[in-house]
Amino acid sequence: MQQILSVLVSVVGGLAVSFLIYLGLNWVVGRTTGRTHARLLPYVFLGPVLVLLVAFLLVPVAQTVWTSLQVTDQYGLESFGGLANYTSLFTTPSFVDTLINNLLWILVVPALVVVIGLLVATLADRLGAKREKAFKTIIFLPMSVSFIAAASMWTFIYAYNAPGQPQVGLLNGIWTAVSGAGPVPWLQEDGFRLNSFLLMAVVVWLNAGYAMVLLSAAIKAVPEETVEAARIDGATERQAFFSVIAPQIRTTIVAVGITVLITVMKIFDIVFAMTNGQFTTNVLGVEFYTQFFSFNDPGKASAVVVILILAVVPVIVYQVRTYREQEALR
Amino acid sequence: MTGLAPAATTPDLAAGREQVSRTARRERPRVGLTVVLGIVAVLWMVPAIGLFVTSFRTTTAAQTTGWWTTLGDLFGDAWTLQNYGDALSGATSGTGVSLASGFLNSVAVAVPATVLPLMFSAFAAYAFTFLEFRFKEGFFAVIVGLLVVPVQIALIPVLNLYREFTEATGIQVTGTYPAAWIVHSAFALPLCIFILRNYMSTLPVALIEAARVDGASHFQIFWRLVVPMSVPALASFAIFQFLWVWNDYLVAYIFIGNAAPVLQQGLLGLLGQYNQGWNLVAAGSFIVLVVPLFVFLSLQRFFVRGLTAGSVK
Repeated sequence: MQQILSVLVSVVGGLAVSFLIYLGLNWVVGRTTGRTHARLLPYVFLGPVLVLLVAFLLVPVAQTVWTSLQVTDQYGLESFGGLANYTSLFTTPSFVDTLINNLLWILVVPALVVVIGLLVATLADRLGAKREKAFKTIIFLPMSVSFIAAASMWTFIYAYNAPGQPQVGLLNGIWTAVSGAGPVPWLQEDGFRLNSFLLMAVVVWLNAGYAMVLLSAAIKAVPEETVEAARIDGATERQAFFSVIAPQIRTTIVAVGITVLITVMKIFDIVFAMTNGQFTTNVLGVEFYTQFFSFNDPGKASAVVVILILAVVPVIVYQVRTYREQEALR
Repeated sequence: MTGLAPAATTPDLAAGREQVSRTARRERPRVGLTVVLGIVAVLWMVPAIGLFVTSFRTTTAAQTTGWWTTLGDLFGDAWTLQNYGDALSGATSGTGVSLASGFLNSVAVAVPATVLPLMFSAFAAYAFTFLEFRFKEGFFAVIVGLLVVPVQIALIPVLNLYREFTEATGIQVTGTYPAAWIVHSAFALPLCIFILRNYMSTLPVALIEAARVDGASHFQIFWRLVVPMSVPALASFAIFQFLWVWNDYLVAYIFIGNAAPVLQQGLLGLLGQYNQGWNLVAAGSFIVLVVPLFVFLSLQRFFVRGLTAGSVK
């Protein structure tokens, strides 16, 4: 009961205070006149946002880069160490494994998500409206599932009990029944990075619906005449898809691919909750967490984040360039 | 989910138009395709079904047989609702985390972390759409660039910032709800501003100019005209942001942590104790899922519209 009250008070209080900031700014600027007023007014609307963006996004980027150059000694003291954190990371074999894993994630997951989304969208498009909607809702539903809840669903599927014990995990249930062999500790099997691929399956499961919805909307926006014309000219369904539909939905495919790519680059929760980065499944997001919380090494943790940011830079450049091109067309 | 790329079309409207011309071709029953997609749909549901069935089983049952064995013998298993009670009260879980209290904490985090970025972004989008100021294009390009900055960059610097603030003023920030609100808000701003500006730039400028002529201030025009007209865009983003914040673990854990654990943290605690029984983890998962599922199923159309606006437009 007391908790409900405190929740109510903080929620209402927090919202009221934020609103009063705007009201106050507007009141102050309202007391100015003429050119000063015209010049200050935009900052009533923009001010709080600029403060937040600078304090919580821009400055932290600079600070992270700076912290990544500090080394922490065994007593927890920090001193300037140049690129020591980076050389130390890159000469650790397990960190190289982590980078390889991240690379696999960003190569495999976006591609799989787009292909499955495209396949499902194209096939569902041929069903009647009712069946299409029901089917799409089911595929789309995992979008609302949190990473942690998804992790618990799938850890249960991959669950392993020692041989002779009853297997409650679905995969081992099927495996032992079909192959007759002993149960497999799936999440510990790192041969060919099998366990990393099993973790990727979870993220594909979560995101395929998102790709399907966007791609399906794009496919439906393709003018029917262009597809019909290709059919009349004797194109097969496959030719019609690859030569007529695919080029017209290319921008959507790229957009979906990039969005999933970014989700996957900073992937954390799934790996953290299911394997905690053990058994060669580590990724940068989890490595950051381990360096900071388990090893108390903010310098190395920051170096991991800087590597993550550097990986995102090409995407940022691409986004800004596309935006500029779009603005030029307006 | 914060990508964007250009596309000239608005799929929503186009989809409605195409729907009509295509139904004629769709009359065939297509049994084969329905069966194939039906199998895919069932496979897609399996992770959820397994956990759902397990959430009603007793600890002994969940530890000795696979959940699928009960499907052939629905009345043979001892079903129970106790898992839900236990997960909510935190009675048998070793962590002592009560999901009922986690639920309240999640509400306390998610509601302001949804409303605040919307309010901030609406103000900023108004400035970017209807006001003139120096470096306007430059500012906006920076915001577009910030769209994909990963949240990890903020964790250490912001923890330090909060600590310095506490040392300077004596006010504790880390461990309170606002600590997470601010971070969630800041990282939602770029996408939200981007979507709202795109939407506001489609509003009729003549209407706003008429209001100016009538002597209304920009503050009045914003509240009385632009905000009400932007409700569709605001609603889509609100749903999106709410799901995002509700499902977040990292930000809530780092900035609030054990002082007021949110649902995701509670569930992760249960997951760490799964040797005490999958049935409890399963029930916990569905408690965590109730709100997003409800929001999702009842507001799916707005949600889809929001996604399309954010990623394709």
